[in-house]
Amino acid sequence: MGQDHTAAGRLPAAFTTPGSSSFVEFLAGYAPSLLPGNRPLPAGEVPLAPHATTIVALVCDGGVVMAGDRRATMGSMIASREIEKVFPADDFSAVGIAGTAGLAVELVRLFQLELEHYEKIEGVLLSLDGKANRLATMIRGNLGLAMQGLAVVPLFAGYDLDRGLGRIFSYDVTGGRYEEHEHHSVGSGSVFARGSLKKLWRPGLDAVAAVRVAVEALVDAADDDSATGGPDSSRQIWPVVATVTSTGYRRVGQDEMGAVVEAVAEQRRTEHAQGRPGGESR
Amino acid sequence: MSMPFYVSPEQLMKDRADYARKGIARGRAVVVLQYDEGIVFATENPSRALHKISEIYDRIAFAAVGKYNEFENLRVAGVRYADLRGYSYDRQDVNARGLANAYAQTLGTVFTTESKPLEVELVVAEVGSSPESDQIYRLSYDGSVADEHGYVAMGGLADRLVTQLADAWRAGLMLAEAVRIAVLVLGTQPEGEPRQLPASQLEVAVLERSRPRRAFRRLTGPALDAILAAAPSQPDASSLPAAAAPAEPTAPPEAAPPTP
Repeated sequence: MGQDHTAAGRLPAAFTTPGSSSFVEFLAGYAPSLLPGNRPLPAGEVPLAPHATTIVALVCDGGVVMAGDRRATMGSMIASREIEKVFPADDFSAVGIAGTAGLAVELVRLFQLELEHYEKIEGVLLSLDGKANRLATMIRGNLGLAMQGLAVVPLFAGYDLDRGLGRIFSYDVTGGRYEEHEHHSVGSGSVFARGSLKKLWRPGLDAVAAVRVAVEALVDAADDDSATGGPDSSRQIWPVVATVTSTGYRRVGQDEMGAVVEAVAEQRRTEHAQGRPGGESR
Repeated sequence: MSMPFYVSPEQLMKDRADYARKGIARGRAVVVLQYDEGIVFATENPSRALHKISEIYDRIAFAAVGKYNEFENLRVAGVRYADLRGYSYDRQDVNARGLANAYAQTLGTVFTTESKPLEVELVVAEVGSSPESDQIYRLSYDGSVADEHGYVAMGGLADRLVTQLADAWRAGLMLAEAVRIAVLVLGTQPEGEPRQLPASQLEVAVLERSRPRRAFRRLTGPALDAILAAAPSQPDASSLPAAAAPAEPTAPPEAAPPTP
């Protein structure tokens, strides 16, 4: 630090210290107050804050699909009906978040930057395991906040360029990292979404079919969980669905999603009408 | 403690400047050119891993000549500076001018206060929404900043390369033409015929205006081969009707070397 005084005007020593390719480590040394886990928390109850809910991810042929509903709740109130909870972490991975929305969005921003920072400094991408471990470290830094009820639980999925397949990683609030096979879901509606995924997921699903399965799982979760929002056809707000394959991260477009949501709704309408007494005969 | 001999400030600064200039002139040159859809950077560099041209932020790139350890250190500092700024404000609030200022302060402070100046010369360039809003800053070892338009050459034989670029460059070049001009100019030798640089000896990168977020892209392998392979067929212009006009401006660099 002494150097900063003798050499006024130049970039501080922290900027030119060699060795670290991590933006989080740089922040921890230079501006620790910008890190989510490093802020002192005042005593007392944490007031109600928006909570993000259900995320599902499933492996498909040559990649993964991740989807999230659009609802954030604050107690029994709906805080937002168009929040986005699935983000590109970099070109070949996606991260979805459940938990305290404000902290989760900040965490995603920092994670995206962490991956990009490493890529720029080192000139190569981190391995998928490296990315997953990095996220675990960042969740661990949030443990103090989690104990105050401000937990963030992400779901991470990406295309492993070395192995040529899609992989999914889940986390707990203490930073535990677990690789999931086939499919996984997190958030308040995850129990219902998981049941749905178990019945609908098949090995070797192609990306289009996997998008449909993801939407079905979210619709099932919204059916039984008040904190998960279903597709909103009057406002044309559809779930955020992304595919990650060897060609990279791609968010499924608005029109494409409209068609999938309509197909799912149409099928359910038909089946419901068939099952109703006095409805159409079989 | 013995008293050092008196050295006048003029002499001290001149010695340091000479020292830095000598170090910089030893290295291979880097050329930077604006073209219609962005900015192209090129240098002779057989290494695939130790770069002289790199990405700093979404629309900003960095090119350097001189001592590798010194400019690598500045590059990392630039990435940290830009990422910190973008994280605390917003991505659109990171610009080349701020970064150039930070570099200028650092270079200037080292030049005046430390016993050895940094033997580097840098270009910080930002691609804008139109060619008029592109920004190219050239920074010298002593912290002086120049706002350049069109083209820059730095490193070994920079003066001669600049005169050649002045003849060859015009506004609204296409990417392939700009790369060919750059490669032709980089082949200049102190004496004798210019060399033909193969793609394997080149490091070429562009900031592309049309790319949505991160504008930086390296031109390697087949993409670069295709651009360079098109060069010999260019004078007859039969296969490349769009490139017919620029065939003439590329001629002066070929004629230039014998004159000086």
